[in-house]
Amino acid sequence: MKEMLLGKLDWHALPHEWFTIGGSIAFIAMGLMIVVILTWTKRWKWLWNEWLTSVDPKRIGIMYFIVGGFMLLRGGLDAIMIWLQQALSSGNSHGYLSADHFQQIFTAHGNIMVFFVAMAFIFGLINYIVPLQIGARDLASPFLNTLGFWLFVAGVIMVNMFFLLGGEYAATGWLAVAPLSGKEFSPGVGVDYWIWSLQVSGIGTTLGAINFIMTILKMRAPGMSLKKMPLFTWGSLCSMVMAATVFPLLTATLFLVFFDRFLGTHFFTTIGGGSPMLYTNLIWMWGHPEVYILMLPAFGIFSEVVSTFSRKPIASYMSAVLGMIGVSTLALLVWLHHFFTMGAGVNVNAFFGLMTMLIAIPTSVLVFNWTATMYKGRIKFETPMLWFLGFIAVFAIGGITGVMLAVPPADFQLHNSLFLVAHFHSTVIGGVLFGIFCGISYWFPKITGIKLNERIGKSAFWCWIIGFCLSFIPMYILGLMGASRRLDHYDSSTGWQPFYVIMLLGGLVIAAGVTLQIAQIIASFIQKKRLQDTTGDPWDGRTLEWSTLSPPPFYNFSIIPKVKTADAFWEMKKHDIEKQKFEDIHMPKNTATGIYISIFAFFAGFAFVWEIIWLAVLSIFGIIIVSIVRTFNEHTEYTLTAVEVQEIEEARHKKQIKISEKVSEFRDDYEMGVWDLIVYLYRFFLSFIRTKRWRTW
Amino acid sequence: MIDNKKNHSNRYLKWILVLLLVNFILLLKYLLENKNIALLNPKGFVSNEQYRLILYSVGILLAIAIPALIVLYSVAWKYRESSTKANYSPDIKHGKFFVLKLWIIPSVFIFVLAFIMIPATHKLDPRKTVESDKAPMTIQVISLRWKWLFIYPEQGIATVNYVQIPIDTPIEFQLTADEAPMSSFWIPNLGGQLYAMTSHINRLNLMAEIPGDYPGSTPEITGAGFAGMRFTVRASSDQEFESWVDEVKRMPDSLAMSEYEELIKPSENNKMAFYSAYEDKLYETVIAKYISLGGHTH
Repeated sequence: MKEMLLGKLDWHALPHEWFTIGGSIAFIAMGLMIVVILTWTKRWKWLWNEWLTSVDPKRIGIMYFIVGGFMLLRGGLDAIMIWLQQALSSGNSHGYLSADHFQQIFTAHGNIMVFFVAMAFIFGLINYIVPLQIGARDLASPFLNTLGFWLFVAGVIMVNMFFLLGGEYAATGWLAVAPLSGKEFSPGVGVDYWIWSLQVSGIGTTLGAINFIMTILKMRAPGMSLKKMPLFTWGSLCSMVMAATVFPLLTATLFLVFFDRFLGTHFFTTIGGGSPMLYTNLIWMWGHPEVYILMLPAFGIFSEVVSTFSRKPIASYMSAVLGMIGVSTLALLVWLHHFFTMGAGVNVNAFFGLMTMLIAIPTSVLVFNWTATMYKGRIKFETPMLWFLGFIAVFAIGGITGVMLAVPPADFQLHNSLFLVAHFHSTVIGGVLFGIFCGISYWFPKITGIKLNERIGKSAFWCWIIGFCLSFIPMYILGLMGASRRLDHYDSSTGWQPFYVIMLLGGLVIAAGVTLQIAQIIASFIQKKRLQDTTGDPWDGRTLEWSTLSPPPFYNFSIIPKVKTADAFWEMKKHDIEKQKFEDIHMPKNTATGIYISIFAFFAGFAFVWEIIWLAVLSIFGIIIVSIVRTFNEHTEYTLTAVEVQEIEEARHKKQIKISEKVSEFRDDYEMGVWDLIVYLYRFFLSFIRTKRWRTW
Repeated sequence: MIDNKKNHSNRYLKWILVLLLVNFILLLKYLLENKNIALLNPKGFVSNEQYRLILYSVGILLAIAIPALIVLYSVAWKYRESSTKANYSPDIKHGKFFVLKLWIIPSVFIFVLAFIMIPATHKLDPRKTVESDKAPMTIQVISLRWKWLFIYPEQGIATVNYVQIPIDTPIEFQLTADEAPMSSFWIPNLGGQLYAMTSHINRLNLMAEIPGDYPGSTPEITGAGFAGMRFTVRASSDQEFESWVDEVKRMPDSLAMSEYEELIKPSENNKMAFYSAYEDKLYETVIAKYISLGGHTH
């Protein structure tokens, strides 16, 4: 009876390890705090109507940033825990974690950083910026977009679920290699949590990718041919095409692993005719393109930033576009370089080695192109540009080591060593994460109407660079010494400990950088009068997103712009724009259907993890019924009349004038540093308590 | 005021560059002098070839990356906003061959590297016996949870987590696994790794050239006892190897099927073990086990 109701779930599953209990307490405390604040300020309705059920890609983009930001802290904490264990665990000391805990932590670190941090930020940026860049008011399917986002949130909750309801996480490495991930070697629920968090969020990614391909191909402003599309949109298009190509493969592979574990089939098992090598192939056919899905929008961001801050058009637009298309095409043909060591024939290895090396060509073209863009420009070194310059140095190291790893016999020595780990961190931190930071600091004024604090931003940048060198240069050296990855313990005779300790220190410096980034955002909001962007175009931008207000109205553009060149807004600024009449605007209505479907999807996944059959069946029926009900809803849009648009625009305009009058008073104000911020916050809290303002808040 | 600020940042930059250069040289010196860096101090034929390949590829890549980076950063610095000397011309037309150059320069370097890579891949095929005057020797390796079993079919002995080999003799390690997830067999000083998995034989050919004790491990994760799944390789002269074999042959333990069944049970941080004899056709039995269970072999 109990088994029918609750499956494998019982009291023993509840968190009882110190680190899971700590996690549970942290999550519950955070949840309670949010509930209390929302109830106190009576914001529940506002949250539901304005944010959670919103189909506005700008709001969804911001929600992606918030989730991604929290997950960055969670994944970063994992990284520090990994480094701490490795710094301690030499010789007689076995550190503070058992091997199993340690393995769960690095698995979670990998999954969270790739799926729920990098993907979150990339999707957030694409959501917010792409419609603005192509002059669209919404997406091809606003509903698919909220559904994709909420499926992603369901995945995030699933990956952290073991904190709340217990069990464990996978201890198999981020790709859950077979046959280790099979029932035979991993009998616990960890791998099942892994399967369902990736499955649910992965389906969301597929839907999102299809939606953005449709949006970019079908909803561009009049006159914007593919050859005049901004480069970030190009990078996003390449990335989304890749995602739509390979994510179904992940879905299929995860189902096969699930069948193996749940139904006892033999796709990837060692016995019964299963082939673990097939799994390795399938997961990397998706896994390799996955990192490029993250990388290509970042290439787009850098192209935009270099061009804007050099105040020059990109040197060779076609080369940049072809470079990105080249990278994304080749990236689909290189997956085998992740397992040269599995014993394929020499010709197979040589082919995939060659393909991998070829990727260096379009990538170098992009770098040379950026150099040529800066040539004879007038370069402003503000934080977005700093992130670009930092990216080049770090990514160059990652690129060089990447091509080294593409030489099969060299890979035999370097594979699975810390050298490899350092390599992909160079590319993912240097390329993707710095790209994201570059993009966020570049578009922050567009998103919030406030420029980011430069002083603290620059300190954060230097913390990241120094922290990166401290943690990853020793990692390269350790790799050359023969240290393999994922070690929870090593002999003291190896002499590796000092390097692990330096890596931990580097990790702490990076943590300081992250803290400074949070401080930077807080300081910017404190000095928001000084940093206000009243023009909508704080950087002297070139593309359409800068032609509208900051933050843009919910319909993005009151009048859809007409595009003549690739740097559409740059051209517009040179010529006077003729006044046009406002027109009726059709906007999508908010909907909660995405949330309902995701709740059912979450319960379906959860039910499969614990083998609660009735819940799984019920949830799947729930998904089907809610989807059918949604298809009968024909009133998904509403019309904003021309008069209403005019009223909104005029109100915005008046407000803008008021603000710009005020802003000029604050322009010469002193820009806050870290110390000023600390003093400010200290005084704020003192006055907050003394004046008892919280009573009326 | 502006001039002052500019000079200040110029001086600042100079110091950063000097510091970077000094650090880089110190790092290089450390890498070249430290004997603890296994991949840069190869002790065998294959690892030596792989070491050279690593050096060549780094060299070729640095030959393009260093100039490219220098150009990029000096362009960025030269055309900074505060510079009074640089001229700003946003409408500059690049020459006819600009785009061509953009694509050809990196292509040339990559093709040079490819011309080194493809023959090297063939030459260092792990299945190929290393060329030597001496007759090659076979060692069968079974990856277990979480230890390595070595079987010497020619000598009739078996060991756990320890393998002794004569120098200058080509060795073929025949890798497989039994009731264990996929693992990887790696001896950094002697040469590159290959996966060991059930129902398969992967052949890794290596040859030690310098006597010594070298650590070996699995860099591929295999579960809880993964970090302790280490073994030691002793490369010694022929005579020492022979006398070691004789010594093992006098050891009391032998690996009959019942002992083997005991050995394959999961256990962590295993000590070395030596068996004077082993069950007849043990290795073949292990392979056949998975074929009879519906597996396949290549």
